[in-house]
Amino acid sequence: MIISTRSFRGMPKWIIALGLLVFIFVSAPAAEVEEEHAATHHEEEFNPGTMIVDHVVDAHEWHILTWGHTHVSVPLPVILYHDGNLDVFLSSKFHHGHETYHGYKLELEGENKGKIVVEATGEKPLDFSITKNVFAMFISMILISIIFISIGKRYSKRKNEAPKGLQSLLEPLIIFIRDDVAKASIGEKKYEKYLPFLLTLFFFIFFNNLLGLIPIFPGGANLTGNIAITGVMAVFTFIITTVSGNKNYWVHIVNTPGVPWWLKIPVPLMPIVELMGVFTKPFVLMVRLFANITAGHIIVLGFMSLIFIFGNMQPAIGYGVSVVSIAFAVFMSLLELLVAFIQAYVFTLLSALYFGMATEEHH
Amino acid sequence: MELVQPGLGLIFWMTISFSILIFILAKFAWKPIMKGLKEREDSIDQALHAADKAREEMKQLQFSNEQLLKEAKEERDNILRDARHVKENIIEEARVKANEEAIRIIENAKESIQFEKLAAIHDMKNQLADLSIEIAEKILRQELSDKSKHNQLIERLLNEIKEN
Repeated sequence: MIISTRSFRGMPKWIIALGLLVFIFVSAPAAEVEEEHAATHHEEEFNPGTMIVDHVVDAHEWHILTWGHTHVSVPLPVILYHDGNLDVFLSSKFHHGHETYHGYKLELEGENKGKIVVEATGEKPLDFSITKNVFAMFISMILISIIFISIGKRYSKRKNEAPKGLQSLLEPLIIFIRDDVAKASIGEKKYEKYLPFLLTLFFFIFFNNLLGLIPIFPGGANLTGNIAITGVMAVFTFIITTVSGNKNYWVHIVNTPGVPWWLKIPVPLMPIVELMGVFTKPFVLMVRLFANITAGHIIVLGFMSLIFIFGNMQPAIGYGVSVVSIAFAVFMSLLELLVAFIQAYVFTLLSALYFGMATEEHH
Repeated sequence: MELVQPGLGLIFWMTISFSILIFILAKFAWKPIMKGLKEREDSIDQALHAADKAREEMKQLQFSNEQLLKEAKEERDNILRDARHVKENIIEEARVKANEEAIRIIENAKESIQFEKLAAIHDMKNQLADLSIEIAEKILRQELSDKSKHNQLIERLLNEIKEN
């Protein structure tokens, strides 16, 4: 393939880098194209529930499209640990679950659908695979790193000059997080220590929310709508809050001021409630982001499903419904753009508020 | 149910890579960005401060300029007034002097006229005396040309002296 380097001239370096990156990701695993045998395949009834869940959960391959009986998908590495054995292989070895490999098989039905189980016993091995979500996470992290490191360089290079290009697009957000989230919630003195985490958190959630709205590769993974991802971020917030909690914070939990004594002794009702609050706060963070993003995806997919449900009844109705469905899906996607920002903001703001509470001085 | 069951692999990878992401961004992105922002804000602050100061100085300068202009105007007015004064004085003095001179000249003239007049009168008197003597001589000469008349006169004169 001949690519004229001249055509790249004038483009920011990071765009070229990003383009190459995506190119490598798409081409390197040699997007596996497989033709199913028509004989073994029977026309499946369209099941919206299955379709929607398949789209919002994690997977061992990155399905791009199915054209007739031809599946185009990116196979991803499977890393399994079971009985002291570490197995690393590409998910394409399973042939979409039609074959077993090394005594493992990809479950297609039932409770463990889409999971890898040991064929003989049905046990689940410890699965450290680079799944669709892990892969999407890596892509988004590389994207975020390239963008923000290049911006960081711009700040060092163009000292005391007006922001330019991507820098001026993201600077208001950075300043917003710094001034209206970190400074406002934690206070002028201590906010700087928490700023790197808050900024990373905000842009990770925001970028992945947006990438999740793009339906084609490398977007479309429901990363921030995955409870493991939101959970890990909530745990980060929880750990930082707990570690930075000062005396005032713990006194507040154990001996809440302004509460009648009989709520503390002999039954420590208030301390129990406060202690529960310590754990419910990050738990709510986790659930809120997961639920909001997943719900948005499910609604959009639901509108799409309507087309096929009606199309199965009568193709003409399907075409008719598609207009309405797409209108609603576009509306939902626009709403999701707003939600993408709001949820990233809320997660960051609440984290900052918890840090602020943990470090608040007695007054 | 799978939706709310966090996958072990995902938790594992997320924890590791999110920590690395925070570290990398903190070191290579947030640090220079925050530094750059702060520097820029400081420089903008300074620039605004300097502009304020300059404006203040400008005001001061303008004020002193005005003051200077005012003083200059006053000075000019004073000089003009003085000059006018001096001019008036000079004119006045000149007039007074001229008057005096005129009076003096008139006086002199009057004096000389008086003098001339007296001289003329004196002269006239002398001439009159001369003329009178001459006339008297001429009369006497005529009177004494005749002997009788001469004797008659001597007699009358003698009589007159005798009577006295």
